[in-house]
Amino acid sequence: MRITGAEALVKSLQAEGVEVVFGYPGGVALPIFDALYDVESPRTILVRHEQAAVHAADGYARVTGKPAAVIVTSGPGATNTITGIANAFMDSIPMVVITAQVATHVIGTDAFQESDMTGITIPITKHNYLVKSSAELPEVIKESFHIATMGRPGPVLVDLPVDVSKGELEFHYPEQVNLPGFKPTYKGHSKQIKQAASLISKARKPLLYAGGGVLASGAWKELKELAELMQLPVVTTLMGKGAFPEDHHLFVGMPGMHGAKYTNYTITETDLLIGVGVRFDDRVTGKLAAFASKSKVIHIDIDPAEIGKNKAVDVPIVGDACNVLTAIIAELRKMGAEPRTDAWMRVIDDWRNRFPLHYHTEENVLMPEYVVERVRELTKDRPTVICTEVGQNQMWACQYTKIREPRTWVSSGGLGTMGFGFPAAMGAQVGRPDHLVIDIAGDGSFQMNTQELATVFINKIPVKVVILNNGVLGMVRQWQELFYDQRYAFTTLGQESPDFVKLAEAYGCLGLRATKVEDVDAVLQQAFDYDGPAVVDCRVAPGACVWPMVAPGGSIDEMLGGIPGGPLSEMLDDELLEEVWE
Amino acid sequence: MTHTLSVLVENKPGVLTRIASLFARRGFNIDSLAVGITEDPTLSRMTIVVSAEDTPVEQITKQLHKLINVLKIQDLDPKEMIDRELVLFKVNAPPERRHEIIEIANVFRAKIVDVGKNSLTIEATGVSDKLAAMEDLLRAYGIKELARTGKIALARGSKDPQ
Repeated sequence: MRITGAEALVKSLQAEGVEVVFGYPGGVALPIFDALYDVESPRTILVRHEQAAVHAADGYARVTGKPAAVIVTSGPGATNTITGIANAFMDSIPMVVITAQVATHVIGTDAFQESDMTGITIPITKHNYLVKSSAELPEVIKESFHIATMGRPGPVLVDLPVDVSKGELEFHYPEQVNLPGFKPTYKGHSKQIKQAASLISKARKPLLYAGGGVLASGAWKELKELAELMQLPVVTTLMGKGAFPEDHHLFVGMPGMHGAKYTNYTITETDLLIGVGVRFDDRVTGKLAAFASKSKVIHIDIDPAEIGKNKAVDVPIVGDACNVLTAIIAELRKMGAEPRTDAWMRVIDDWRNRFPLHYHTEENVLMPEYVVERVRELTKDRPTVICTEVGQNQMWACQYTKIREPRTWVSSGGLGTMGFGFPAAMGAQVGRPDHLVIDIAGDGSFQMNTQELATVFINKIPVKVVILNNGVLGMVRQWQELFYDQRYAFTTLGQESPDFVKLAEAYGCLGLRATKVEDVDAVLQQAFDYDGPAVVDCRVAPGACVWPMVAPGGSIDEMLGGIPGGPLSEMLDDELLEEVWE
Repeated sequence: MTHTLSVLVENKPGVLTRIASLFARRGFNIDSLAVGITEDPTLSRMTIVVSAEDTPVEQITKQLHKLINVLKIQDLDPKEMIDRELVLFKVNAPPERRHEIIEIANVFRAKIVDVGKNSLTIEATGVSDKLAAMEDLLRAYGIKELARTGKIALARGSKDPQ
């Protein structure tokens, strides 16, 4: 039976099991949205700005592990997706973005709403396609989902000219792809795995350093098994939060610029750093030469280009985290390896006790950290997804939440995209309808995508936005305070405008406000129990900084703020350390 | 250090852009690049010459491998490769000096491919050093125009699998 390209697209999405499309129509996208109009699945959610559609697909993928589709029109509709695509690319999030395009015969003539989307997105997609004929459409969609999800995940863009979506074809969906240039390595090299196991069995001060790759691979069970088998302490990066339960005694926090001191000391002192699905990002490592400088390094990643990119590696293992960790565990079992980190854990616990995360409190001042702590405590017994915006709110959320389940943490890592959290929360809620989904927001970031309040209201997506409203672009202000002589150039937004309560109400959502410490619990509880989207405006102390902090380019054991202490060389308890060597 | 990368790619629209832009955004400068289809018309071979240290070249090679259209990359060992360039020189050649120029062409086993009233066009192939030497000599007569292909290269047959 002959069908149109647009119908073939919908059938292809169904064949891929795509549950949801986030989209926004327009001239040349009409045939596609017309074809989506009659189908039950995928469900199409009409957003209010194309950027939000991509962030929503991103949030959906982070909590489900499955790709969603984004469909937008050509020209401005398509270019509005760029920030979202770049964000997904940096954080290795799978998705397929379909941009409608002007008809093939006018491509290249500066036609109305024409933009060269394949050209624009080369640097920020894993791959992209311009579909030239209706007949090739099913194959392109098949390949797109394959590429987006296999190996190191990432966004794929398909540019779909209007005559291709109107044209007819004989539909049948290919079962296999033929991509000779795309063969990701899943299985680790057995010699390297033996070597890794041998180093792990001998190390006195080992440390697992887990990132987003563990979540992408679905390797959290294996990570926990390895950690418990050998009693290895674990740090997780911002992208890896949730890959290891944060209430576990082996969990040692998030490393890097705003990591806890005990976390950064642990990395600085380790003698075997086992990186799993991480990329030694500069926000984690600080000054590279001083990062884990006493340590041998094992690096497991599915992307060979990440290995040795920033940090020299002793045992490189290219492969899927789940696969490789399973093999290392089997090898360690075969060797009869025993844990030997008892004294090392006591060193770490000593640091943990002496240098916990800490924030300044004053009577009658609502501190942002306190709000995050209350979110954590009030959601303790509920399945919850925590999303964040970008900036101070994000760092406080990193520091003061306890993520216990994988894929319940959604935060923009590599690109640091303000405006990400709220639309991502919307996508996360669609992916996990049974969860309480909370966006811990800043007043600056949230204002970059508030228009989606309409989307969540109309589509009954009951996300909760908790704004840590300090009236400033806090993270930038913090750098001005520390490094720019307190010249607060263009970072003051003001707490009064907009009135977030009225803004929420204008869109039909619940708007609440907390101005005092005593308000917080009641207001949060009311929002969390409300059967619909809610915005909580928490008027927090405007001058608060995120502590501790590593100065940009500094060594991560030399931290500003927090409990006095550091660099590590001055903080070592020699007696305890000697025990490690006994 | 100069590296000669021989990159086998799918012969599809846009592949050259993907590769060239990858070099640019990762901070590499391409010294020369030559592309043409291979014995298999669905495949093209790109010969890319870059100047960089070994570690960055390893990184760019890994990044290239991630492109879906790239099938195979060889960082050719200068001692184990055959490489050639082709140059066309259009040289000032008043009738009284033509003879000298033809002599030079002969020494370099180059060919005269066009003769004008006051110019000769010479086609020369070879390795870069030889062509540079020839260019030096011809400069004395005045080179009106010059076009070169960029290097193409293959690994020596002795390196083939048995």
